[in-house]
Amino acid sequence: MEKVLLVEHEKCTACRICELVCSAKHAGSFNPAKARITVAAFLEDNFFFPLTCQHCEEPLCQDVCPTGAISRHPETAAVVIDDAKCIGCRMCQAACPFGAIAYSPSEDKVVKCDLCGGEPECVLFCPWDAIKYVKADDAALRRRKAVGEKLRKALQEVKL
Amino acid sequence: MYGWTGKILRVNLSARSVSVEGLCPEIAENYLGARGLGTKILYDELKPGVDPLGPDNKIIFATGPLTGTAATSAGRYNVVTKSPLTGFIAASNSGGYFPAELKYAGFDAIIVEGAADEPVYIWVHNGKAEIRPAKHVWGKNTAETTDILVAETDPDAKVACIGPAGEKLVLFACVVNDKGRAAGRSGVGAVMGSKNLKAIVVRGTGDVKVADPAKFREAVLAAFKKIKESPVTSQGLPTYGTAVLVNVINQHGAFPTRNFQTGVFEGAEKISGETLAATLLVRKRACFGCPIACGRPSAVRSGKYKGEGEGPEYETIWALGAACGVDNLEAVTKANYLCNELGLDPISMGSTIACAMELYEKGYLPKSATDIPLRFGDADAVVEATRKTGYREGVGDLLAKGSYRLAAEFGHPELSMSAKKQEYPAYDPRGVKGIGLNYATSNRGGCHVRGYTISPEILGVPEKIDPLSKDGKAAWVKAFQDVTALVDSVGMCLFTTFALGAPDVASLLEPATGIPFPTEKAVLAGERIWNLERLFNLREGLTKADDALAPRLLTEPMPEGPAAGQVVELAEMLADYYAARGWSEDGKPSAETLERLGLAV
Repeated sequence: MEKVLLVEHEKCTACRICELVCSAKHAGSFNPAKARITVAAFLEDNFFFPLTCQHCEEPLCQDVCPTGAISRHPETAAVVIDDAKCIGCRMCQAACPFGAIAYSPSEDKVVKCDLCGGEPECVLFCPWDAIKYVKADDAALRRRKAVGEKLRKALQEVKL
Repeated sequence: MYGWTGKILRVNLSARSVSVEGLCPEIAENYLGARGLGTKILYDELKPGVDPLGPDNKIIFATGPLTGTAATSAGRYNVVTKSPLTGFIAASNSGGYFPAELKYAGFDAIIVEGAADEPVYIWVHNGKAEIRPAKHVWGKNTAETTDILVAETDPDAKVACIGPAGEKLVLFACVVNDKGRAAGRSGVGAVMGSKNLKAIVVRGTGDVKVADPAKFREAVLAAFKKIKESPVTSQGLPTYGTAVLVNVINQHGAFPTRNFQTGVFEGAEKISGETLAATLLVRKRACFGCPIACGRPSAVRSGKYKGEGEGPEYETIWALGAACGVDNLEAVTKANYLCNELGLDPISMGSTIACAMELYEKGYLPKSATDIPLRFGDADAVVEATRKTGYREGVGDLLAKGSYRLAAEFGHPELSMSAKKQEYPAYDPRGVKGIGLNYATSNRGGCHVRGYTISPEILGVPEKIDPLSKDGKAAWVKAFQDVTALVDSVGMCLFTTFALGAPDVASLLEPATGIPFPTEKAVLAGERIWNLERLFNLREGLTKADDALAPRLLTEPMPEGPAAGQVVELAEMLADYYAARGWSEDGKPSAETLERLGLAV
């Protein structure tokens, strides 16, 4: 069964270690600006939420890609970009509802979470298990929906 | 360079100039960064005897080689300057997000010299810097200032600033970053105020690279594992914050109460970490890159102490609580919020109020000299005195000088609970002897985080020793002071040392920098930094007489509790300490010691 990243934001402390180890693994340096995951931290509201690619069932990024560079990895089920096919048009970045895709100037390519090939670095290092890599069974799906609902409410509050 | 960015920003506020300099690799290897680097720069560049609040003083904001990496809890920096409170070296440490952001902005350190003729702030952005006007935020508190400066620079910018207390040169004003974290002690905020420097704002998207990523990653994983195995760093601090200590220290009879008149506080339970967690705590929060998460976002939801913010920490609960005989946690929390907003060091604030209360109750501070009655146990008086000090209103103008100058002004300097004019923190040395020796010898004056011997004496880490014995304490104090200087200088948090030792720090430092750092070499760097701080202080006129404690701790036996009857045998411990340090009998590093540390002229 496919596995998914499960975020339990109540456990997050906004330490941003996920950003650090992500950038180290993917970009070779400690640099949150290059991380494929970001803790959306609303410090005043004490609301912290690690955000990255949801590896959607029907990825909008894949739909809009004009060169077919985005596909689902056969083993990890991650939505991944084929750098050889990517022309850097950034349509995927515009389409992603989570802001999970970015153009990285220093790496000169469009980048996103690839689940580290099935061993996510953020999961390994998160001190509070706020990010888990679990089988996408019903329980996880329920959890995702519950968290999504909380996120929706929080975002609405923030907008107010 | 790896670990370090290799660049230092120099800002001259008098000349309104900014320039970028390279970091000398030899200095980096010998003094590491943060506290060590700041001390080296200050020692080399500051003329002896300058007025700490004059334009000739310099203030240095320095990160360490591990700051901004994933090394355990390595999100820290130090503010180093000549202290207006002590007249000696100041090195105040803070976490939050600001320090790592400074590194990503491209700099290991910022040296600020001169003074601006009107309020300014420094905007540092990806290797560039400019001096900008700050008239519109002068007078604003730290939270308001942060919001305004973020709005006019970058939504992801991080701000370190002063509040009204720093502007008005309160001698224990702090520098507050990220609204709730502070480079708290020794009046570093007043030095910023004296330069008309309201804030430093940073934003960066640059890299921090390590020399051997694979080896570094292994070292980080090993360190994380130890953090998660230690009860202090995996349970005590995350669950209750530093305030977990209130009950622990009180039970040892070393919780200084009513200006150190006793070591047992009858109201401790009401202001404990457990009570805080059950009532005001919102959730736990971490500084950048920290797996411990001792931060305490809190809220007082209603009533006259209503407010929101961070804290209180253990030291704050003690200073604004037990030290003043106050057992109202909401009032303590409110006074702590005021300290954050106005930019005050809560330890010196609370202890100075406590000193004023004793002076007042004994009739030494006449009623005519204060616009509010100052009696032990009066929660409202603590909150109001804190607010008044931030603005230097009424009695606040007296309190703004700190307890030593206050007590001396009214003829009783012996009632100031301070060393080198800086107030002690929350451990009565009559019940914990080693910490007394540390207070007396701390290069920045009364302080617990120069050599936290509470760890072995009370918590039993790395081994349990008798807190009431004077024997062997000199060696413990020296060892803790040297390792702490190392930890502070690489950019890690001292709290990691509940779980990690010098070998762990060295195991992170070596692959990060690519420079061989066997443990002995790393610890030697800590000892070198300690001795350079001492040399700075000696050059400023320090003598053996400054390595002292208040007479109360030496001659008035603890009246009750587990430490009843105890006094601090400082003279004997001090002689042992000088010998352990390789210093002369009058407290000066010997020629051999200087040679061994590479400090010989």
